[in-house]
Amino acid sequence: MDYKLEAKNANLWYGNKQALKDITLSIEPNSVTAFIGPSGCGKSTLLRCFNRMNDLIEGSRIKGEFLLDKANIYKDIEVYDLRKRVGMVFQKPNPFPKTIFENVAYGLRINGINDKKLLAEKVEWSLKNAALWDEVKDNLNNSALSLSGGQQQRLCIARTLAVEPTVVLMDEPASALDPISTAKIEDLIYELKNKFTIVIVTHNMQQAARVSTKTAFFYLGELIEFDETKKLFTNPEEEKTQNYITGRFG
Amino acid sequence: MSKSNQRKSRIVDKTFKYIGLAFTVFALLVLAVLITDILIKGLTRINWSFFTNLPSRHAANSGILTALAGMLSLLFFTILIAIPIGILAGVYLQEYGTNNKFAKFIEINIANLAGVPSVIYGILGLTIFVRLFGLGNSLLAGAFTLALLILPIIIVATREAIRAVPGTLREASYGMGATKWQTTRRVVIPSALGGILTGIILSISRAVGETAPLLVIGALVYVPFIPEGPNDQFTTLPIQIFNWVSRPQAAFITNAAAGIIILLLITFILNGIAIYIRSKWYKNIKY
Ligand SMILES: Nc1ncnc2c1ncn2[C@@H]1O[C@H](COP(=O)(O)OP(=O)(O)O)[C@@H](O)[C@H]1O
Ligand SMILES: [Mg+2]
Repeated sequence: MDYKLEAKNANLWYGNKQALKDITLSIEPNSVTAFIGPSGCGKSTLLRCFNRMNDLIEGSRIKGEFLLDKANIYKDIEVYDLRKRVGMVFQKPNPFPKTIFENVAYGLRINGINDKKLLAEKVEWSLKNAALWDEVKDNLNNSALSLSGGQQQRLCIARTLAVEPTVVLMDEPASALDPISTAKIEDLIYELKNKFTIVIVTHNMQQAARVSTKTAFFYLGELIEFDETKKLFTNPEEEKTQNYITGRFG
Repeated sequence: MSKSNQRKSRIVDKTFKYIGLAFTVFALLVLAVLITDILIKGLTRINWSFFTNLPSRHAANSGILTALAGMLSLLFFTILIAIPIGILAGVYLQEYGTNNKFAKFIEINIANLAGVPSVIYGILGLTIFVRLFGLGNSLLAGAFTLALLILPIIIVATREAIRAVPGTLREASYGMGATKWQTTRRVVIPSALGGILTGIILSISRAVGETAPLLVIGALVYVPFIPEGPNDQFTTLPIQIFNWVSRPQAAFITNAAAGIIILLLITFILNGIAIYIRSKWYKNIKY
């Protein structure tokens, strides 16, 4: 199997505090993988290892291997190139205080693309893929901050898609949104897996069950169980998983 | 906390509020009296010729043309010097220099510089720009001196504006593979521009009122011509007012009052613009 992303015996420390403990998991291409587990168990930390966002945190240190298409993320790939191939969507919508168009065009512009026609094409493509095009196509020059929270989050997804990454990491992308916006994002994630490999952190187990093909359950920095979503939610191997999904802690 | 303690602290709270209010009202009253006094004395003196006349021995013929022209040219050169240096220094210190000793050292000094009396800047300007660089008592020497004076304000404002840019915006930019410089130039500075502009305008309004350092470097109190280049001698409105106030005749005091009204107006307008920009901009980057 040619895995898209792999972690092999991965450990991470913030200063003296170990946040990831010997984690090994492999993620297939064109799948949606959900990371679940109680708050503080290391879901975001592991997610951010795959595009090296933890590099920005002072005092963070890793041991072990992280691979993208078999290449070592921390050794063989330049970090700027890595982040173009592995995009990220954050918990709170964080559009730039620019126009809708310029938000989506941002990643292209920093790559030196300034051709108007090409930019317009790519912006349209990205917004369509993020299921936002119909809502904003007449207002591309309005400020992104004039959009609703749910629209802003889909704009952030479009912005990430614009540079055509192969992997999209999402850290609780719907946790700040209302139920209708959340449903739209979930539908979108389901669509996106045809073109991209998606890894999504969520604290909402129904969401994990709805959108993902595989689910990983973490507890105190350890990977407890990683399996087909259906299997993990109906017939988990581990007692801890069982306790968590039945709501006995978390 | 016990009940009686709570009541006590509530009484202290109330008392403090009223004392604070009393002092605020008092301060505003004093200000109102001062401004009314100036308005009564000076308002009638303001007419078109007050703006277009050269200074003169006769109070009634005296105008602020050269002072206004001098002040505007001085501000022009001051801004030209201070803005690029101030913004670049602020950006460097905030975005790039947080971890090195040199930046920490500069940071402490800038904080101190903001509190140095302006006469000291005048003496520094006299030594360096007037004498060492041989600029004489020219506009350029004045502009360099004032630039030194307002640099700390611009630097501090720039840093604060940059610090107020939400970290999530930086994350978004880095997350797309942007470099630090791309992030700074395309996201951080544009988002901070409102705060930076506010700081710049406030620093200009500070420069508008400065008299002491300019007197020290030898700005003239009587200049019967408009400066035509950076090497010309000059006077400014506060200096003109200073000159008039020191005359014994009552008619010159009227002139001074009229000059003060204009100066106040300029300062109010500048501050108004600053407040406007701030409120408009901050509305835009709120989440
Ligand atoms: N920037 C940081 N500095 C220090 N410790 C951190 C930092 N970010 C997260 N941690 C710690 O690492 C652990 C895992 O955090 P995180 O990955 O954010 O958990 P999750 O996303 O599962 O809620 C937590 O104990 C948290 O306190
Ligand atoms: Mg998290």
